[in-house]
Order: sequence, then structure tokens, then C-alpha cells
Amino acid sequence: MSAPTATAPAAPARPAPRRPARRGVELSLVVAAVAVSMYGYAEVGLATDGRLPAGTAGYAAGLAGAALPAHLAVRLRARYADPLLLPIAVLLNGIGLVLIGRLDLAPSLGARAAGSQLVWSAVGVGLFVTVVLALPDHRVLSRYAYVSVTAALALLAAPIFFPAVNGARIWIRVAGSSIQPGEFAKVLLAVFFAGYLSANRAALAYTGRRLVRSRRLRWLQVPTGRVLGPVLAIWLASVGVLVLERDLGTSLLFFGLFVVMLYVATGRTGWIAVGLLLAAAGAFTAGSLEPHVHSRVQDWLHPFATVDAGLGPSQIAQSLFAFASGGALGTGLGQGHSYLIGFAAKSDFVLATAGEELGLAGLCAVLLLYALLVARGFGAGLALRDPFGRLLAVGLASLLALQVFVIAGGVMDLIPLTGLAMPFLAQGGSSVVTNWVIVALLVRISDHARRPEPEPQPATGAPGAAA
Amino acid sequence: MNRCIRYAAGFCVLLLAALLVNAGRVQLVEARAYAGNPADRRIAVARYRQPRGDILVGGHRVTGSRRTGGQLRYERTYADGPLYAPVTGFASQIYGTTLLEGTEDALLAGTDRRLDSVPLWHEITRVQQRGGDVHTTIDPAAQRAAAAGLAGRKGAVAALDPATGRILALVSSPSYDPTALAGAGREVTRAWRRLTADEDQPMLDRAIRQTYPPGSTFKVVTAAAALQGGLVRDLRAPTDSPDPYRLPGTAVSLGNEGPGCADASVYDAFRVSCNTVFAKLGADLGADAMVDQAERFGFNDTRLRLPPRVAESTVDTAMSADQVALSAIGQFDTTATPLQMAMVAAAVGDKGRLMRPRLVDKVTNHSGLTVASYRPELLRQAVSARTAGQLRQLMEAVVTAGTGANAAVPGAVVGGKTGTAQHGRGNAGTPYAWFIGYAVPRGAAAASVAVAVVVEDAAAARADVSGGGDAAPVARSVMAAVLGARRGRTVPPVSAPPPAPGPPAGFAPPAGSGSAAGVRRPRGN
Repeated sequence: MSAPTATAPAAPARPAPRRPARRGVELSLVVAAVAVSMYGYAEVGLATDGRLPAGTAGYAAGLAGAALPAHLAVRLRARYADPLLLPIAVLLNGIGLVLIGRLDLAPSLGARAAGSQLVWSAVGVGLFVTVVLALPDHRVLSRYAYVSVTAALALLAAPIFFPAVNGARIWIRVAGSSIQPGEFAKVLLAVFFAGYLSANRAALAYTGRRLVRSRRLRWLQVPTGRVLGPVLAIWLASVGVLVLERDLGTSLLFFGLFVVMLYVATGRTGWIAVGLLLAAAGAFTAGSLEPHVHSRVQDWLHPFATVDAGLGPSQIAQSLFAFASGGALGTGLGQGHSYLIGFAAKSDFVLATAGEELGLAGLCAVLLLYALLVARGFGAGLALRDPFGRLLAVGLASLLALQVFVIAGGVMDLIPLTGLAMPFLAQGGSSVVTNWVIVALLVRISDHARRPEPEPQPATGAPGAAA
Repeated sequence: MNRCIRYAAGFCVLLLAALLVNAGRVQLVEARAYAGNPADRRIAVARYRQPRGDILVGGHRVTGSRRTGGQLRYERTYADGPLYAPVTGFASQIYGTTLLEGTEDALLAGTDRRLDSVPLWHEITRVQQRGGDVHTTIDPAAQRAAAAGLAGRKGAVAALDPATGRILALVSSPSYDPTALAGAGREVTRAWRRLTADEDQPMLDRAIRQTYPPGSTFKVVTAAAALQGGLVRDLRAPTDSPDPYRLPGTAVSLGNEGPGCADASVYDAFRVSCNTVFAKLGADLGADAMVDQAERFGFNDTRLRLPPRVAESTVDTAMSADQVALSAIGQFDTTATPLQMAMVAAAVGDKGRLMRPRLVDKVTNHSGLTVASYRPELLRQAVSARTAGQLRQLMEAVVTAGTGANAAVPGAVVGGKTGTAQHGRGNAGTPYAWFIGYAVPRGAAAASVAVAVVVEDAAAARADVSGGGDAAPVARSVMAAVLGARRGRTVPPVSAPPPAPGPPAGFAPPAGSGSAAGVRRPRGN
């Protein structure tokens, strides 16, 4: 990763070699990402109708019009940011638009969604620009840890007052469009965890009761209730709310986020063990008590059971058919039949379209793009000095990684399916907007991490670090 | 903290590895197993994405495709659907394919590798080929004549060219319109339910998929066995046959419909279709000789393909003497498809050579380039040329001076054999009327058409059913159509058949003889 190895051995007297900002690299990569997406969009039309789709120019203008201001904002206010973050986000968002536009061609999947997805993407990029321009330093956020958690809980609780959609109460309907507040809540929760854990790191790591009186089993030490209590309560509240709303994917995500951040903050391997035990217990309980979950576990174990029973293929079976028909190189954009998956094809199962039409090669490329994004997040975390920033970077990166794993593993029958949105790829306004905010925060953090040292230090001894 | 971040990152790497390995498993390792799952609609979607190749009869397309506007983009249409249904079968988006639509499906759908002009081209481009066309051997004039001859009565006609094995007509009646089954809509399931529930079984291809007791037409096989085995040397010499004939080892007496069968020569016995003479010939020959001769004509062959599968025509291989006697006159367990009996007539008409019957002349790709063509192939020498000549004498006498006068075609030498097959429990069913025959154009050495006709006319009064009266006129019009087309002119339309001369052929147990005792009833349908 991008550890600043060049500066480490240098004598303090000598000015450190000027680190390249690499904004030009970012620009060319952004242009390439837009070009690839445009090509994909055109290809869908050429493959299905034999001519360029009507909205090609508008689509290209929309994507380029969103990407370039984002680049300019980075160039202006985050000169040293990691040059890969923005292009990867643009590319993933572009691929997502292509896939949604491609699925729009199947009338059985309902209204066309690519247009609104483009609008939401623009809103997301707008937020990205706002964050990059308006947030001078990520450490400011640590002051708002408690504000964040309050907002997060409010957002999570809000859908209870709205009717359920497809068996899950995770939407708020406002003025005709629906919002999934759980998506926003995950960023807020990451901010809260980072703020709280970084502030109480020492207490979490070094105080508390030992379960076993042994020096070698120090990792069995449990922090005191006073330190652990609030964070545990917050987490339990959010997961409890999500269970009430039957949003198991997001509760799993929050649980994973909590365990990873706790582990990184305290350095105690025990948390991993506790986390895994709790996860297993929770999964078992949910799997046996909740019929909704139980059926998903059954689908996971026996994806073709409904076929054998003569009831037609389940969504998982349809998804596997899609992946299988893609093979190594895919059928080509516009030439697959992943719309057979049904109503969730544009959201939960959008990855199946990638697998079918772009093949294993394309699917691996998409997964590696996510991996690169996550790796750059972890890299920024490693390069930073302040615990809040490190925890936030690790949290956001883990959030992305876990989300991709849970949904990709779900649609490919690796783990039981839980309803989560593939970042940037899936149809869904809240999801796209949130992921753009995550990337904005990573850009902000990486700018800080890669900024050359010897510049006259601005007032960075912000109270946020100490909280 | 750095160590923990690295471990967390390492954990993410593990997750990524799990995803990539699983993607490889799903998309490469298990892809084939998944893709073969019939629940995957991709197969159907891809199959109906483009117009299907066509089936041609006499150079004209009898199938077509039309856009549906639905997910399955094209569906099949049929011109003259009911007429050619016993040849084409149907191609349904719900119920699959049958007959030629089924056996040539890969070619028609464009997945057949023979359509690739460049090897592996399909594997590389994944572009689906346009479907190829199947050119059948069917002669439209013969097909139409056969269908018109049956005129809606239940029955079947099979006609072929003895010299090449090309099938000239395959008609089954009543028929159905395969267009009704082509799509995927509700009216298709309704049509399917109606057709499958229909007692007349319109979707049954009676010409190749239904076996009937062949009745007296099987006497051709018996005569062939007797001649080949040397049991009969002189056709005109009287035989030592009582009338009625008591089946060996039983109390059952077998009689004849008409007089003059006692000690009749094979020639006369064949002409007027004496049961007693041929039953005794069969008993004297024994099971082995009978079965051997029948198998030389194609009986007991489970592997015959046109390429559509042909139902097996059977002669029991282990029989007691009385059972052989009954088999020899086409009763007991002996059953035959109309195609099988046409093959018998064809072998007799063409010097004993039995050609492999086939329904496909050639297959071409979408632009008309021949992909594969089929050559005549000798299946077996059924009888020697000498025996074939003797059998021709017998069969031609049936038409000139016997029960088959209704089959005579002006300008051609016609040989034939009538049959009236008993069936049903206690032989209670209306007998099947049979006629098999061939026509040799005047001056030619061998037959140019052979035909078999079955009429299972359940509506007719029992006494009226006879091979000569019901089936022979149909055979005549089919043979006339083929010969007329050969000569390039139309044959004068067939007038109403005159009343059949001579006694109707067939096996009728004498009244009051307790025929049910000790005799296994022939299979009906």
C-alpha cells in the first residue's frame, strides 16, 4: 500500500522530496472511466437494436458533467488525495448505469430506472463536491460523533412509521420518491464508532476485568461497562431496529462494522472471536425463528429445490443460471437474459447481469475495482497518524468490503442472500448518494494521509483528535 | 493499531478470494450443469430468438415463423398443417418438438455445428447461426392423394420409393394443425388439452408410430418364407391343406371367408386370401423360419429411424405351432406399422432389396448450401430376386384376378395384397382394412412406388370393412399420383370404387367354434 517509505529515512534537515500530487493521472483515469462507460452504453444499443441508443449523448454529457466537477473539486481542495478513488467511483457508477440501462430494455422489470439513477448519481456527486469543498479536515467530524449517532438512530427508526415494501420496512416515501435511510445511517454510524472508539481507545485497550488470571490470555480482558456500554447500546439499538424492520443485510453489515472497528481500536483478537460467536448465535436464532430468514437459508442450501418441486426457479436459481450462461467471457452487453431474475434484477441482483454479460472476466474486474477502492481506504488508514482518521478510513473501507462481500456472496450462492445494495452498481438513490459520500470522505482522508509533512503545519492540533 | 489494520485488510483479502473462487466455481466449473437445467428459460429464449429454419416438401416450405412480440420472439407457423403434421410434427414453445421438428431440431434452431462454415466460429463469437432447412423426400401429390383418399376416416398411409427408400407419403388421419401448439399462450395449453384428450388421438402418427395386426397382408411374408425355405417350389401346385384347418395342438378350427381353399395352390390361396393354406404353411415352416423371414423385412427392429423413430413391428420369437399358424396370417402377436408393410411391398417390388427408408433428402444452411445429403442405402436383401419374382406373380394376381382389383392403375403393373385384421377383445372391434402394394410403370423392371394403407373405420358396419373395398382405392390414388408425377402429367381422377370382387380377405373364426379358447387375441391398438 502507499506507505510513505521515501520520507522515513530522510534526514529531518533536508526537505522531503516533493511528493507528486498526481492530479493529471486522476484526470486521465476519470476520462477513461467515462469513455468505458459510454462505450458500454453504446454497445448495449448496438447489440440490441443495431444502432446507437437515443440517449447516448445525454448519458455521456451527464456522466462527464458529473465527473469533471468532482475532479475539479479534488484538484482544488484535496490536491494530494489518492488519484484512484474518484476514477474507480466514476467507473463503477458508470457501469452501474450501463447495466441498469440495459435492464431497462426488458419491459417485464417495470419502469425505466437509468434516468433517475443518473439524477441520483448527480446528486451524489454534488454531495461529494460539497464534502470535499466544505470539509477542510476529516477530524472535524469527530466532534459530531454523538450528533451522528442520534441522526443515525432517528433515520433507522423512521421507516417503522411507513408501510413495508416487499416484506421489509426500510423505506421512507417522501414526495413520490422513496429513501432508504439505513444507507445514510451506515456512514453516520461509522463516524460515531470512529469518534467514540478513538476517544476511548486507551480505556478500551488497557482497563477492565480479566476473565482469566493469566498474562498470556490478556486478550480475554473485558473492558468496563462504563466504556463499552454506550457503544454496545448504540449498536444493539440499531441492530434491534433493523431486525424489527427485517433488514437483515444492514444489521449484518453494522455488526461486522462494529466488530472490525472494535478490533482495530483495541487490538484485541478476542473481539473477533466474540464477534464470530455472536454472529453465529444471531444467525442461528434468526434462521430458526424468522421464517423470512429461514427460507433464505433454505434457498442458499438448496437453490434448485423449487425447480425440483415444480414451482419454477427461485431468484437464486435464476441468478445462478445468469452467471452460468455468462461463462468466462460473457454473452456481451445487451445479449444476456438476466432480466429473467425478476423484479430485483436492477437492485439486489444487478451483479448477475455483470456476470452474464461481461462474464467471469468482467465480474472479476468489477470485484477488483471494489478491492482497489477498499485497499486504498485501508492504505489511507495506515498512512494517517490520528486514531480517528485511521478508524474512520478502516471503517469506511470495511463497510464497502463487507457490503460487496455480503451481496456478491448472496447472489452467487456463497452465503445466504440478504438484501443489500451493490455499491454504485445497484439501482437505488440513497445507496448511490451514500457511496459518493463515502468516497468523498476517503478522498478527504487520503488527502490528509498523503499530504507532504514539512509544509508549515496549519492548526491541525484540532480538538477532534483528542475529543 | 497498524497490525490490526493489516489484519483487517487481510480479512478483506480473504473475502475477495472467496468471492473470486466462488465466481469461478459458478461461472466455469458448474456452469455446464446449471446451463442444462430445463428450468432456465434462456434455452427457450435463445431458441426462439430467431426464425426457425424450415421444412420443405417438394421444394416448397410447409413451415414458417412469425414474430410474437413476446419474450420468445418467433413462433412456428405451418402451411397445410394437418396434411404434413405426420411428417413435420410440431415445434411448440411449451411442449417441445416432435418428429422432424424434433430430430432435426439442432439444425432448424441453428445450433447444429454442421452449420458452422468455420470450425469453432460459434464458440468464439457466440453468434447463433440462422437455422438451416430440411428438405424432405415427401411427394406432395402422393401426400395429398393419400389424405384425400382417407377422407377423414381413421387410418394411415405410408408410401415409399422402393429403389431409394425415399418416403413419398406419410399420412395419418385424423390429423391436427400444429400451428395451434406453436406459441406459448393460453390458447396453446387449451389446444393441447383438447388434442391430448381427443379419443381419436389426432397427434398420433399412425403411419410410423402405431402398430396394427397386419392381417392377411402378412401372407406376403409367409409366402416369402415358404418360397425362400423351399417348402413351396411350384406356385400352381396344390397344397395339402384342409378347410377348415384345425390349429395344431388346439381344438380351434380356422376357416375361410369364401370357398375353394381346400388344397388350393399357393397362387390361388394368395389371390383369394385363404387363411387355412397360409396358417398351415406357417405351422409347417415353424417359428424360426417365419421370424427369420419377417426380420429380414424389418420386423423386430427397434432401431429404425427416418430419422424420426419408427415404432417396432413385432413377430413373437417364441411361439407354439398354433401361434405360428396364427402369426402366419398376421394375427396373434404380430403387429406392424403401415410403414413396415410398405417396406414389405417395396422389397417385393424391387427384386427383394429392402432399402433403408428415409424422410430427409438433404439439409441445407440458411442460404441454400447443402450441409448434408443422404444416399440410398441397402438395409437388407429381404428375399432373393427369384423369390421376389415369384411373390410379384402372386401379388399381381391379387390385383388382376383377386381381392385387390380396386388397386389397378391404368398404364402400370400393380401388385398388392388386401387384409382385414381382427382386433379387440374377442375380435369384437371393427376390423382394420389393409392394403399393401406396389406399382411398376409399364416397361420398367422394378416398382417405383410402394404403399401401405390402413383404414380403421370404426363407423362402418363390420361386413363392409375390407382391404379391397376400403384401403385399395386409397392405395391406387397414391400410386397413380406418384406415377403421374413421374410421367409429368396428371392421372385421371379415380372414380368411385367398384364393389370388391371375391370374398373379403381375413381371418374369421367360424361361429360357435369357441374361438377364444387357447388363442391369444391379437393386440388391438
